[in-house]
Amino acid sequence: MLSFIMALVAGAVRLSTPFLFVSLGETITEKSGRINLGLEGILVFGALSGFGASYLSGSALIGVVAAGIGGALLGAIHGWLCGRPGTSSIAVGIAMMVFGLGISFYLGKPLIQPKAPQLPDIDLGWWATSPAVRAALRINLLFVLGLLMAPFLRWAFRSTRYGLIVRMAGENAQAARAAGYSVECVRLLATMAGGALGGIGGSFLSLYYPGAWTEGLSSGQGLMAVALVIFARWDPMRCLWASLIFGAAGSLGVALQSIGISQGFHLFNAAPAMLTLIIMTASSSTSGNSGRPRELTVFS
Amino acid sequence: MQRSVSRFQAVVAGGLAAFLLSCSGGSKAPAESASKDLMVGFIYVGPKDDYGYNQAHAEGAAAVKTMPGVKVVEEEKVPETVEVQKSMEGMITQDGAKLIFPTSFGYFDPHVLEVAKKYPDVIFLHAGGLWTEGKHPKNVGSYFGYIDEGQYLNGVIAGYTTKTKKLGFIAAKPIPQVLRNVNAFTLGARSVNPNIVVTVVFTGDWSMPVAEANAANSLIDQGADVLTMHVDSPKVVVQTAEKRGVYVAGYHADQSALAPKGYLTGAEWNWPEVYKRFVESVKGGKSPGNFIRGGMKDGFVKMSPFGPAVSADAKTKFEAVKAEMMAGNFVIFKGPLKDNKGKEVIAAGTSLVQTDPVLEGMDYLVTGVVGSTGSK
Amino acid sequence: MELRQLVSRIARQVGALLFGLLLFLIFVAVQGRNPLAVLSDLAFGAFGNSFSWQNTLVRTAPLLLTALCTIVPAQAGIVIIGNEGALLMGGLGAVLGSMAFGFLPPAAGIPVILIAGSLLGAIWISLSGILRQARGVDPTISSLLLHYVGLAIFLFLVEGPLRDPATLNKPSSWSIPEALRIGRLGSSDVHVGLVLGLIACLGMWVLLKYSAWGFGVRIAGGNPRTAAMMGLPRNSPVIAVCAIGGACAGLAGAVEVSAIHYNANASLASGYGFSGILVAFAARQNPLAAIPVSLLLGGLHAAGGILQRRHGLSDASINVLQGLMFLAILMADGWGASTRRTAKG
Repeated sequence: MLSFIMALVAGAVRLSTPFLFVSLGETITEKSGRINLGLEGILVFGALSGFGASYLSGSALIGVVAAGIGGALLGAIHGWLCGRPGTSSIAVGIAMMVFGLGISFYLGKPLIQPKAPQLPDIDLGWWATSPAVRAALRINLLFVLGLLMAPFLRWAFRSTRYGLIVRMAGENAQAARAAGYSVECVRLLATMAGGALGGIGGSFLSLYYPGAWTEGLSSGQGLMAVALVIFARWDPMRCLWASLIFGAAGSLGVALQSIGISQGFHLFNAAPAMLTLIIMTASSSTSGNSGRPRELTVFS
Repeated sequence: MQRSVSRFQAVVAGGLAAFLLSCSGGSKAPAESASKDLMVGFIYVGPKDDYGYNQAHAEGAAAVKTMPGVKVVEEEKVPETVEVQKSMEGMITQDGAKLIFPTSFGYFDPHVLEVAKKYPDVIFLHAGGLWTEGKHPKNVGSYFGYIDEGQYLNGVIAGYTTKTKKLGFIAAKPIPQVLRNVNAFTLGARSVNPNIVVTVVFTGDWSMPVAEANAANSLIDQGADVLTMHVDSPKVVVQTAEKRGVYVAGYHADQSALAPKGYLTGAEWNWPEVYKRFVESVKGGKSPGNFIRGGMKDGFVKMSPFGPAVSADAKTKFEAVKAEMMAGNFVIFKGPLKDNKGKEVIAAGTSLVQTDPVLEGMDYLVTGVVGSTGSK
Repeated sequence: MELRQLVSRIARQVGALLFGLLLFLIFVAVQGRNPLAVLSDLAFGAFGNSFSWQNTLVRTAPLLLTALCTIVPAQAGIVIIGNEGALLMGGLGAVLGSMAFGFLPPAAGIPVILIAGSLLGAIWISLSGILRQARGVDPTISSLLLHYVGLAIFLFLVEGPLRDPATLNKPSSWSIPEALRIGRLGSSDVHVGLVLGLIACLGMWVLLKYSAWGFGVRIAGGNPRTAAMMGLPRNSPVIAVCAIGGACAGLAGAVEVSAIHYNANASLASGYGFSGILVAFAARQNPLAAIPVSLLLGGLHAAGGILQRRHGLSDASINVLQGLMFLAILMADGWGASTRRTAKG
């Protein structure tokens, strides 16, 4: 039983990191009043950029930085396109997703075979005697970064000037303009920041877990992360819990099988989606989602 | 404003006209320029350099490319839908292909069959043992390699190398070909030490890197210290094993470059040899046959070179078993054999040779495997 | 919309597509390929001869229907991206219908199978609609989540309880009996699904543009408060449009099963649903525009094979081209809006 729980904990830590980064990034973007569905493309592009940069430079950390830059770049394109009149941010998001995936797969063809330097892990479980506990506590730098970023963002949104500006752009664009801030500029920067975090989340996949570049690396994780943000009511700390729950749900099937329960393994693969759906249904209400930035509408 | 708009529209109209004109063009097909050469087409369901299933076939294609008087065209990442039919037809009508290798198992029914009916002069060779006399057209052939012999040998080496006596097998789906490999691996390992236990985890599909990494890590957390797999691209499992410091036995192709310390050996396809034989036949005007199967002895499968961790004892036993396989004397599946629920699946005294069709319907996991096929 | 505006708009869209194509040709030139040869092979592979046309049309057929799964709900302001899930449910429905009613003669059996598929698809997307109306759950997200759930249920059933034991190494459901499979149009390779798709697109266009119900849906989508003021019911358009959209995607799945695969298995999930979303947005949610856009997308993918073989351009290059064209269309939209704005002063 302990080993099963440890498998879930280990899975939660391992699988949650990309969700965490992408959802935190999307929280910033959505707080400013814009939705970025292109995160799936950004996630994969970040994975590719990170892997490529790590391979070419020999350092995984340079890879992570490159992933962030790549993500910010795609975020900038997204933000710029959305800023033009008459465009729907959902349409732009889907376009960025298609383009991001296409360009990633294209540029990534020569990188499918090679191995790139990986991100190191931190062995927090050195004291443990059970290998399962030890493995569960072997965490990655990015996960720690994400753990710290969630409360930081929450504090930043509440108490810093930049956080307030972002929120104003998302709640009441008129007031923001009246106060002298360019709403477009704020949203563009917020989208770029979201893209950068999304890219870094992608680099986790290719530089740590599973630690390779392949074309099946993401199967909707970017889009799921957008769901997570809504599910977390745009609160960074809730994004953290949601990502962990998601990660645990994602490893449920495999954890069960490793202790011998194989029935219905297909169904377990949908556990994260099912869980999210159930919780969203149980917690939503017809009066709308509290916490939703008022300027965040579907069509731009 | 009016004039600039219609100038723009004129440009657009011009561009459109240019595009439509180029529809009738099309570059010179390679077949038109060198009509004496045999054009061979290869179609892969995934990327060619996946360190796994598709790469094994692509290595075969690369060997064929070196043959004189033969030209090769390839398409990768073609899904198992009507698209592969069109890919095959494109190779035939646009490039003049006369021999097609649709390398994914799922291409056969109905896609290969449909196209084969339309082009009776083109030969289609498919990897998988599905061709049936009387039911399928004569210009289609099935070939198949008994790679479970390779997995048995993997198991033997794993049996000698493991310290925890726990092995892990990451598999895609519980279909007979996969179960055969799981069972062969287990039987090989337990022939060295009957206390060894193999835990199998099914990811659900052929290429799921995150699930494969998850499965590998989970199995290692549970104490497995040698892993093997049956997924399209073993790359993730091999790398994970190396990162966690455990051993791994490869599959499909040689992944030793990814795990210099942990790679023990691997069960590989030997398509270069097999494909060159087929192409020679077709070039010589003979059909390669409709149902061609072979194992280690026929050169259809081979083993990777040993990694640094393989002990001398392991090598000795390995060579002994392999010699028997090469002589055609070794039977992996013989009775009395029970499944992991205690039911007898092969009666005492019965030996199922590799070509026995009963093995094609395998739906059980032998004693010593932790896990179930999911259906029962 | 007056003719001049329409021509101007179409010119802008086509111009954008050509611009996207131009960017792609520059891209391949930078990669060391001959752009003119690539262009001519692309055009030839899509529309050059009879084989190319059939290749294109066969890929167009499912897109027409899956695009409607996003287009129809979009009229009411609901963005659905779970088309792939509805398609799979449709395939499942076709198999279930065939298992239950396989004894019927083709004239009755084929419609039953297609209706069964459409029904399951309709139910699936309606779930998103219902969750939105009853619990305020965002339908875009819920439809995507339902895709994953639907995929899992599909695989579980098709490789488990509904599996045909004879399909050992490619686990698949029971097959559609030969008599009830959908045939081809004449001597070509194109199946009747193309006609169904064309009828569906035209039908939806007529319905949405000219019927009272369609009018009500578009009002509700444009401005819910106006709709409420006009006395239009708040609930029904949402669930109805979801049901119709889901029925279209479900029909696409049923057609794929009855015309191409003859049974349901994992290969059914090959992305037609997701491509439908792309078509819907590129066609700006207009069912009539979905026809040329689907044709274009089908043509691009049809030409992908020849690009791989003649120019060594990987399969991903078509995705890049697709992405560039789509981005170009979006930029053109924005440009059109801003020039209109400046023209008005």
